[in-house]
Amino acid sequence: MKSVIKQEVLALNGDEAVAYAAKQSDVDIVAAYPITPQTIIVEKFSEYVANGEVETEFVCTESEHSAMTACLAAATTGARAFTATASAGLALMHEMLFVTSGCRAPVVMAVANRALSAPINIHGDHSDTMAERDSGWIQIYAENAQEVYDSVVQAFRIAENPEVLLPVMVCLDGFTLSHTLENVNVLPDTVVEKFVGTRQLPQVLTHEGKTASFKLDPENPMTVGSIALQNYYFEFKRQQEEAMRNALNVIKQVHDEYAQVSDRSYGDALVESYCVDDAEIAIICLGSTAGTVKTVVDKLRAEDVKAGLLRIRTFRPLPVKEIIKALGTVKALAVMDRAISFGGNGGPVYHEVRHVLYSADKHPYVVNYIYGLGGRDTSPEQIRKIYEDLQRILQTQHVKTPIQYVGLRE
Amino acid sequence: MSETQLHPLIAKYARKGAQRQPHCAGCGNGIIAQCMLRAIEELDLDFGKMVFVSGIGCSSWIPSPFFNTDVLHTIHGRPLAFATGVKLSNPDLRVVVFTGDGDGAAIGGNHLIHAARKNIEILAILINNRIYGMTGGQVAPTTPHGMKTRTTPYGNLEYPFDLCKLVEAAGASYVVRWTTFHVKQLVSSMKRGLLKEGFSFIEVMSQCPVQYGRFIGIRDPAKMLLMLRDSSLPISKAKSMSEEELEGRIVVGEFVDRERVGLTKAYKKLLNEVQA
Repeated sequence: MKSVIKQEVLALNGDEAVAYAAKQSDVDIVAAYPITPQTIIVEKFSEYVANGEVETEFVCTESEHSAMTACLAAATTGARAFTATASAGLALMHEMLFVTSGCRAPVVMAVANRALSAPINIHGDHSDTMAERDSGWIQIYAENAQEVYDSVVQAFRIAENPEVLLPVMVCLDGFTLSHTLENVNVLPDTVVEKFVGTRQLPQVLTHEGKTASFKLDPENPMTVGSIALQNYYFEFKRQQEEAMRNALNVIKQVHDEYAQVSDRSYGDALVESYCVDDAEIAIICLGSTAGTVKTVVDKLRAEDVKAGLLRIRTFRPLPVKEIIKALGTVKALAVMDRAISFGGNGGPVYHEVRHVLYSADKHPYVVNYIYGLGGRDTSPEQIRKIYEDLQRILQTQHVKTPIQYVGLRE
Repeated sequence: MSETQLHPLIAKYARKGAQRQPHCAGCGNGIIAQCMLRAIEELDLDFGKMVFVSGIGCSSWIPSPFFNTDVLHTIHGRPLAFATGVKLSNPDLRVVVFTGDGDGAAIGGNHLIHAARKNIEILAILINNRIYGMTGGQVAPTTPHGMKTRTTPYGNLEYPFDLCKLVEAAGASYVVRWTTFHVKQLVSSMKRGLLKEGFSFIEVMSQCPVQYGRFIGIRDPAKMLLMLRDSSLPISKAKSMSEEELEGRIVVGEFVDRERVGLTKAYKKLLNEVQA
């Protein structure tokens, strides 16, 4: 039985939705550096701080590297830390992303996805977060501003779960989501505060053999981030991978619990199936593009074409079982990538999906479409053409070009 | 616009098809660009032997793609690191960096002090508008104490850098500060900096009527220029004044002009000695 909570509808863009969610999540510290298209998040949050609406320490750092360092350090003292960045900012954090996940610091970060230089470009694509997919961070890609809000609230619970204790990135497409105004249902402050709760600290053994909460505390001194060479480093990394496995369930649990409170859900939290149960042809994509694909699926279904969409919401950890299960009836699959893996035979999502399907019983045709780099628009007509390509593959039982580019001048 | 209507400096030095700069109306960057071109013209330098390096921020759009010679438009905070590579690999090139207070003093602050310490033969023009202009008016490490910005809505708790003192202490050969009002002095210092051996640093206090202007409630570029003039104080006078008296004033003039061997020259000398 769902408890019905009255929610307020606010006109928010994706960045504002992030800031609002962070504001309600009782964050102890925000450290950030401005970069387009993330700036609104930090500006909004600084207003909340200045207005006394939150009890958050807010630090304007001199670079993103310092921003992530400050968040990591705060998290190791037991604080709840949040930041936001994009593109080059995320790339500059690269070193600290690994240190943060390695220290098991549950920092939450919003990334307003943006292309990487050179050439200079401020618009949306997934090059920035895809380059960090192996940094030990959980990655959630949102489809719209509502999901951005919901995902940020959920992210704190996921990150801080003692079975997980990993940092989380909530990814929102630059400008398409970050700067576009939408109606967003927001929960009352008290409901979010209760849902997120206070940060739970696991009990660990200190070097003195005492049991203590996992945080820097003068009463129970411990060292975080120390050295582990051939003797222990490998075990640390294995534990991080184990935490990623645990996260698959925790992400679902947190999502389901949130659905009870908010009456909103996104597939099973890991993947979202749209008309894919009986689909013969399907697209896989991440983020806001799913909205465009859905409108095309609706039209094709009206024409009795068995088309579907599988949106991967959680890209790290990769929901292997869920992807295989969802694609049971699919005979031809198009994987859309908003990033290139240069020299890697297709985009990163294509690599992973094809690899996942190798262990499936049935093997659909899998083709790759690289699209939208540097913010190039992707139209419903282009999506329809992808489905037509898939139909042609089924008719001819032949893949002519496995990797194609959408909307590219050649 | 036909070429005959172009300003002679633009006709001579601007890339065809890129004669218009992208800055907001009233921005100080146009003034600084013209001062730079005047300095080059007056010295009759070989423009083709010059390399302009810039980072990310409004100031970085002065040479890129505007100047019709080699321009390296790089990443946020690192133009001096790029310029160091250019100068070391080909010391015959005259290397000029355009950077801003966010680019050069915040994210790239480390490169600034080390370029000065190395005393590498680069002229760095740092345009200080005391705010992050391009990203929408956030606090910078040069924002005055107490000033309201997008990220300090009730006033900045931190204190700004004195960049000229910083770079002087770090070891640069030539350090000078002017404002966009002081165009004659600026051209003269740019000429000095272009010919100077070692690291030359010119800080130009500039007006940003769009971002800085809206937070101080004055958006008229001409008024902002006069404010820069009125708050300026020659360094000779400032030397005998107390910190309280200097509050809110911009100290202008030459901070240092000294003879120190530049890095690439020292490097060449060492190579000659070792290989002799």
